[in-house]
Amino acid sequence: MRLARVIGKVWATVKDEKLSGLRLAVIEPVDEQDAPLGPRLVAVDTVGSRDGDLVYWVSGAEATFPVEGRQIPSDVSIVGLVDRLDAKGTSRT
Amino acid sequence: MELGRVVGTVVSTAKTGRLKGFKLLLINLVGPDTKPTGNHVVAVDSVGAGEGEIVIVVRGSSARQVDQLANIPTDTSVVAIVDSIELKGKIVFRKHSR
Repeated sequence: MRLARVIGKVWATVKDEKLSGLRLAVIEPVDEQDAPLGPRLVAVDTVGSRDGDLVYWVSGAEATFPVEGRQIPSDVSIVGLVDRLDAKGTSRT
Repeated sequence: MELGRVVGTVVSTAKTGRLKGFKLLLINLVGPDTKPTGNHVVAVDSVGAGEGEIVIVVRGSSARQVDQLANIPTDTSVVAIVDSIELKGKIVFRKHSR
């Protein structure tokens, strides 16, 4: 899993039926110092993230699993909100 | 997932049997600001996307989670047509407003 900041939202009415009812967030992968890493992505969000939240996410086949009862066509899914990150002697939220 | 703009269709007669009947789109990948990243992909379309539309592209085995693509040899699928994108509280893209 990797860390990212939530920086936006995407709305799409026409989408695969397995994605219906799921929220889509724009995320910017970051390192443990909050510095951006690589390209920004669209993620399925099942944890109710908001702009500015620090989250952790999965990629690839694992991203198909966050919804109970079905697999979804996603390769980037947010699976948790970070309450606090303690690393290298500092804490961030 | 990644965002992309549909820039064309790939027409192909000789293709592997299980791809028969599927529409292939040529897509320029873009960032959330809809600016091109310089990369493109060929994707199987499952939502009826048309030229000029901003779409969501899924890659890898996740691309086969679309019901009708379960056993199709694709690693790139279009799974949604984007209506709007908000970045840091500002709407940066809205369909039809361009």
